[in-house]
This record gives sequence, C-alpha cells and structure tokens, in this order.
Amino acid sequence: MIRPHRTHPLWYAFILHRVSGALLALFLPAHFWVLSMALNEAARLDGFLAWTDMPLVKFAEFGLVFLLAVHFFGGLRLLALELMPWTSRQKTLAAGAVGLSVLVSGTFFLQAV
Amino acid sequence: MSSTDTRMKVSVWRGDHEGGEFQIFDVPAQDSQTVLDVVAWIQQNDDPTLSYRFACRVGMCGSCAMMVNGQPRWTCRTHVKKVLKDNCIEIGPLRNLPVIKDLAADMDPFFEKWVKAEGVFHPSKTRNDQIEEIDPASVQRVKADAGIECINCSVCYASCDTVAGNPDFLGPAALNRAWTLYNDSRDAGSRKILDAVSGAGGCHNCHSMGSCAHFCPNGLNPMDAIAGLKRATAAAFFRRRT
Ligand code: SF4
Ligand code: SF4
Ligand code: FES
Repeated sequence: MIRPHRTHPLWYAFILHRVSGALLALFLPAHFWVLSMALNEAARLDGFLAWTDMPLVKFAEFGLVFLLAVHFFGGLRLLALELMPWTSRQKTLAAGAVGLSVLVSGTFFLQAV
Repeated sequence: MSSTDTRMKVSVWRGDHEGGEFQIFDVPAQDSQTVLDVVAWIQQNDDPTLSYRFACRVGMCGSCAMMVNGQPRWTCRTHVKKVLKDNCIEIGPLRNLPVIKDLAADMDPFFEKWVKAEGVFHPSKTRNDQIEEIDPASVQRVKADAGIECINCSVCYASCDTVAGNPDFLGPAALNRAWTLYNDSRDAGSRKILDAVSGAGGCHNCHSMGSCAHFCPNGLNPMDAIAGLKRATAAAFFRRRT
C-alpha cells in the first residue's frame, strides 16, 4: 500500500519515472539480443519478427512504447524542474504546451502513416 | 464553543525511543476543534502523563507538528473535521526523528543540520557601516523572500523519504534555509554555503519527490530551493575548473 505521506501528484510522478526506468532497464538486454540476431542469425530474426505480429505481442509492444513515453516525459519534467529557474506556474504552462503539441503532432503523424 | 454528544476514537502513540504502541482515547467532539485541542483534552481530562509539545497555538512557533493519520501536520492549525475518518484519528510523533516521549520528538538532529548546511547568517558588515538598502523587488531578493517564512516545524523533514533512507541527508528545511541565505545580498557566506550543501548529505541527494513542498504548512517549496542549490553548486563546480 502507498503510505499516507506519499499520496500526492509529485510523488506519483516520481514513482512512475522510477518504475518505468527499472522496467526499461530490464528490457534492454532482450532488445540488444534481438538486434544482435540481425548481424549473426538473419533467419532466426525473421522468425522472431513473425512472432511479434501476434496480437498479444503487439499489445505488449504497446506497453513498451507506453513505458518509453512515460519515462521520456518524466525525464523532461525532471530536467525542467531541476535545471530551469522558472516559477511553478511557468513550468505548468510549459508542461501543458509540450503535452498539447505532442498530442497535435502525434495525431498528424498517425494520419500520415 | 458548543459541545455535542458525539465522541471520537483517537489513537495516540505512547512510548519512547525504545518503542511503544497506540493507545485509544474517547474524546468529545466540539465545533472548530483542532488536533492540538484533542491532544490537550486528553492530557487535561483523561491521562495527565501524556507528553506533547506546543507553544503559540497560532501557527507561528513550529513546535506542535505531529503525524496525523500518517501525514505530518501542524496540529494547532489542523481542524479535526479535515482529518477525521470514520470518526477516528491517529496521532503519532513526527517521523524521521528520535522520540523523547509519546508525541514529543527530539528536534536536535533537525536543528543540527541547519548549522551543518551553513544555515546561519554570515555578516558582511559591522555595526559601524551604513545600513544597506535592499530593493524588495530585485530578482535576488524575490528568490530569498520565497523561502523566508519557514517556522522550523520539521513537517517537511518528516515527510521526506530521502531523510528516512539517508540519516546524513541535510533535509528540505536546512537546505531551504541555505538557499535563502545564498540569495541574501547581506550574507557573506555563499562559498561556504555551496561547500556545505554539495557534500555527501547535500542537495544532490534529493530525488525531487516533492513531499516537502506538498506538506509545508506555510506553502514554501523546499524542493525548488534545493533545485536552485543543485544549479548553483553545479555552476560553481564548472567555474572552479576553468
Ligand atoms: S523534494 Fe527532496 S527534500 Fe523534498 S521531500 Fe523530496 S527528496 Fe525530500
Ligand atoms: S520549510 Fe515548511 S515544513 Fe519545512 S520546517 Fe519550514 S515551515 Fe516547516
Ligand atoms: S503551537 Fe506554534 S505552530 Fe502550532
């Protein structure tokens, strides 16, 4: 259970960043292993890529992209928080602007492909 | 104050630095009652051996902070109706500090860290000098003013998980004080301050979890102050190398 002194947005942001980071770190070795197949075992890689077409695996990939996005924006948040001598209001506005532009450009991107 | 017949179940932590347990008291509910009122009622009407600390009762002295339902709060300005859950409240001594007895925590480590963080004024003038004029609107002064209203209550210190995990961490209040002095144009100790806050237990330990800013009863933001120190110490590091 999350203890009472931790139940606030900044702590949730902190724990999301930590957990997504840890999970991505766990995934990295698998990632490199598959990449190495491209160099040494092309046939096995093709087999593997066919496997990734399965719906369940596709769904897991979605989770991976989600983790990456969470960690990426968590990192941007932290950089802004610690490196920018801005006021909290300016930071909120900046975060809103980034969020909005990602949404808009992301929609355009999805329509384009 | 009009009293009603309703009574509350209040769990109060009893014990000392060696350990203890919660004891349940039955306390009458009253209008506009604060958590400190509840503790005082118990001590005056039920168990005179209950130890706790307070002085001003108006949120100025910073001596009445306790854990209320697991969250650090200034009890003299926390209304019971804000924290009452299913007619129960749990009250304990501040987290991250040794307990003297019952609800009274030992504040020594907290204040020792203020001194360690160079949170003491370093005069730049003598009494024979002209009084310096300070422009309250200057950028530097606005930064200093943002952290000046600290009442040393240790609420932030009790909320901080980094303090819990690293007994050497100077903690949010001491670092907030150091940042305030660093931005005070009358203080001559900026170099000393940066050295003090960049060591092993210094500002770079902070994980920016923000519990300090969330719970500070005076609305200060020690996390921001610490971020300021992180920038200042990093800049000083590179300046010294070149
Ligand atoms: S922001 Fe830093 S000082 Fe404040 S509670 Fe979190 S770790 Fe502690
Ligand atoms: S910074 Fe806020 S919470 Fe921390 S000691 Fe000062 S007044 Fe209390
Ligand atoms: S008794 Fe002084 S701040 Fe609560």
